[in-house]
Amino acid sequence: MSWETVIGLEVHLQLATQSKIFSGSSTRFGAEPNTQASAVDLAMPGMLPVLNEQAVRFAVMFGLGIQAEIGRRSVFDRKNYFYPDLPKGYQISQFAEPIVGRGEFEITLDDGSSRRIGITRAHLEEDAGKSLHEDFHGQTGIDLNRAGTPLLEIVTEPDLRSAAEAVAYLKALRSLVLYLGISDGNMAEGSMRCDINISLRPAGSDTLGTRAEIKNVNSFRFVEKAIQFETLRQADILESGGRVVQETRLYDAERDETRSMRSKEVANDYRYFPEPDLLPVVLEESWIAQLRSELPELPPAKRARFVSDYGLSTYDAGVLVDSRALADYFEAVARDCGDAKIAANWVQGELLGQLNREDLDITRSPVSPAQLAGLIRRILDDTISGKIAKQVFEAMWQGEGDADTIIDSRGLKQVSDSGELEAMVDTVIADSPDQVAQYRAADAGKQKKLIGYFVGQVMKASRGQANPGMVNQLLARKLGDNQQDA
Amino acid sequence: MNDMTVAQLIQALRDREFSSVELTRRYLDRIAQRDGDLNSYISVAPEVALAEAEAADRLLTGDNPPALAGIPIAHKDIFCTRGLRTSCASRMLDNFVPPYDATVVERLRHAGCVTLGKTNMDEFAMGSSSESSYYGVCRNPWDNRRVPGGSSGGSAAAVAADLAAAATGTDTGGSIRQPAALCGITGIKPTYGRVSRLGMIAFASSLDQGGPMARTAEDCAILLGAMAGHDARDSTSMDQPVPDYRAALSLSLQGLRIGLPREWFGEQLQPAVADRIHAALRELEALGATLVDIDLAHSELSIPAYYIIAPAEASTNLARYDGVRYGHRCDSPRDLHDLYTRSREEGFGDEVQRRILVGTYALSSGYYDAFYKKAQQARRLIRQDFLDAFSQVDIIAGPTTPGPAFRLGEKTDDPVAMYLEDIYTLGVNLAGLPALSMPAGQVGGLPVGLQLVGPHFGEAQLLATAHQLQLATDWHLSRPPAPTATGDAA
Repeated sequence: MSWETVIGLEVHLQLATQSKIFSGSSTRFGAEPNTQASAVDLAMPGMLPVLNEQAVRFAVMFGLGIQAEIGRRSVFDRKNYFYPDLPKGYQISQFAEPIVGRGEFEITLDDGSSRRIGITRAHLEEDAGKSLHEDFHGQTGIDLNRAGTPLLEIVTEPDLRSAAEAVAYLKALRSLVLYLGISDGNMAEGSMRCDINISLRPAGSDTLGTRAEIKNVNSFRFVEKAIQFETLRQADILESGGRVVQETRLYDAERDETRSMRSKEVANDYRYFPEPDLLPVVLEESWIAQLRSELPELPPAKRARFVSDYGLSTYDAGVLVDSRALADYFEAVARDCGDAKIAANWVQGELLGQLNREDLDITRSPVSPAQLAGLIRRILDDTISGKIAKQVFEAMWQGEGDADTIIDSRGLKQVSDSGELEAMVDTVIADSPDQVAQYRAADAGKQKKLIGYFVGQVMKASRGQANPGMVNQLLARKLGDNQQDA
Repeated sequence: MNDMTVAQLIQALRDREFSSVELTRRYLDRIAQRDGDLNSYISVAPEVALAEAEAADRLLTGDNPPALAGIPIAHKDIFCTRGLRTSCASRMLDNFVPPYDATVVERLRHAGCVTLGKTNMDEFAMGSSSESSYYGVCRNPWDNRRVPGGSSGGSAAAVAADLAAAATGTDTGGSIRQPAALCGITGIKPTYGRVSRLGMIAFASSLDQGGPMARTAEDCAILLGAMAGHDARDSTSMDQPVPDYRAALSLSLQGLRIGLPREWFGEQLQPAVADRIHAALRELEALGATLVDIDLAHSELSIPAYYIIAPAEASTNLARYDGVRYGHRCDSPRDLHDLYTRSREEGFGDEVQRRILVGTYALSSGYYDAFYKKAQQARRLIRQDFLDAFSQVDIIAGPTTPGPAFRLGEKTDDPVAMYLEDIYTLGVNLAGLPALSMPAGQVGGLPVGLQLVGPHFGEAQLLATAHQLQLATDWHLSRPPAPTATGDAA
């Protein structure tokens, strides 16, 4: 039987606020344990939460970014459970009235097709601390630095159908939140953590199968592998006539498998009820309108504009709008050099290639947009060839200055002086009597291939600086001339 | 120095009749003599008090000393005090020394108050008799075989016995007013949101409110003025200007419409108490007020609604006491589950455990709609009754409790009988209204309280009404009998 995989994702997105969602403590990553935990974070007696307005602003920006319903009135609830890294014995979350309601999200797959993924809701909540089981013999260490970090939990409809779609969604989501500036999207540091709900059903069926939930997967690659593993696992069970158990599973990256979290506890009853220490969040229309007017241009709109304004392919535009910094970089280069297509080629080719090799983000590129545009201008005005340009780019990358400086200091200027070129051509012809004879004996079709040898020799003699167009012309004439002479 | 009100002490200190250090010593001496029997204090802080008194004396010699400079007061042991153990009368917090002051404590310190110590109470403020304290029962100075009421029983007893000039209390269902009534003093529970809850250990967050307990309405006005006001660190604190309550005390009662809820004068009310309340109401009439019968039709829902909502909130407010970060931790826990269950079993007394269980049950999946949600609906009806009443009358008056102080142990084995103590006070918390209790004479040598309830932020009118009544009567001047040598009163 052929099975359809049905996937819904819950992403816990850490919002990039300076301080925690209900206290003034810093949210900086990587500090010494418990140095960023105030009396509020420690749930000392009598301490009270105060909502961080910036967290609300970020959540609403996200909602506006996916054209979702914004909760004009949203309510915080207590989600009650005991755990040592949950200081209050409850997590402040949102249950019945979240801040972001239904929305939609477009993803583009590698084959260029696109799909719309429904967003069920997104709500604000606080993160828990961390339990550290290593380093403490038979005991557990508790670090509450992360306790109270603002999270936006973004829940999709069961609209995703494959690991590839899930990853495409996560990448698009990451791109969106980076555009909005509401999160650093850093999966390795836990700024984006993903729970995967996955079930199988016979192809063509429209009832949902029993799902498993895979908790806390923290990289695109692991999401892909976890879904692949889980799809096969469930298919095996179903094909051998078994039933999938509804349960929570963990993805073990080392063994590349998902495992049941064998917990003694029965179903948790979180006893949600409205948090009496916080007032409902009531948003004014004018405040929302203000935020809407301040939203940056988001990836779908930017991609469409790059296609129409710069004549780029949808694919190229998609690569360039992946991050706001990259798109801004590209646009700066394109404006400066005046040729968007060459700018796009250089940004996607040499620049991204080099950045990837050195594992650098675009914002840390040693070559500035102005420098790259300067280089492209020298290609456009025939000062250097595309091939020399790559050398110049290398040098710029190493910090040797801008294109003109490098071209000058290295003497890389293209030779376009006809006298100089003619002399080189003559020398090559004189030094290659056999090849000249062969060329002259050949028919027109073969000659086109054989001329490449002479071009190569001239370029070599010029250390690559000869203007290749002019060399071709000169060679064709001289080799032809001599034939006439003979 | 004996038996003076806060207002009189402020004047005496300014007139240099005595210093704050002398006054503080006098209270500390009285506590040492008297409190062995009463047990109104959990902790006495002589060093802190004398240091603060010395500082206050320096301020008193300068220009414009703060309003309460040098006045020795006590804090209910539910308010966090920096460097001073704050137990909430629970074994759970027996070892807890807060690194911060509650906003109320901070404001009163700022106003110049001297902190004598921390007063006894029901454990986590859950009770109406101050018998559930880990530190032993507190006794009523009018009769030491009787309870002082609760949960702010220590504060009420200390003020009544002149072991503090005034004290702070908290009121979740009557915990300021009922002990004030039973100990013959005046106490006001302000509007929900009037006084910051920061640093006040939570019992039921949507009901808890701190307030002053003192000898007179005038003293309460002075103290409330110092305690009240917006606190950005408490999201439920209201950003409303604080009126000059003391200046407003002279408001005339001419034409004041006072509503008498029929439901508060029913069978539950002991006839002798009813007589005292009616006598007090006649005095108010004589001062120019008009009495109007009103209905609070959903009054009978107060107890069931309160005993769902308060335990529900308490069950999660008290989840933080888990033995992990501070407070009581059991010896050598076997595992996490053992750590939780044993620390909490050992740390919490019976009534606290009972309310945690009730509250957990009420919030559980499958019961939420039948209990918590229904209780919230009842709460809205109760609140609406009050709002409707305030479209006809300016304030509401009635008894604070059905009877005077009961005997120690009389109701400890019958939680429901204990819960009925708060039958006239609970609705006010559910509606978030301000209310005070003031002495209205005695029954069998025990004080009786008159309760006045106002509309939201109507504290000034309540205090003025009580003050005018106290100018015209002398019930608030009655003092408990001096203790006999055996410590056995009357």
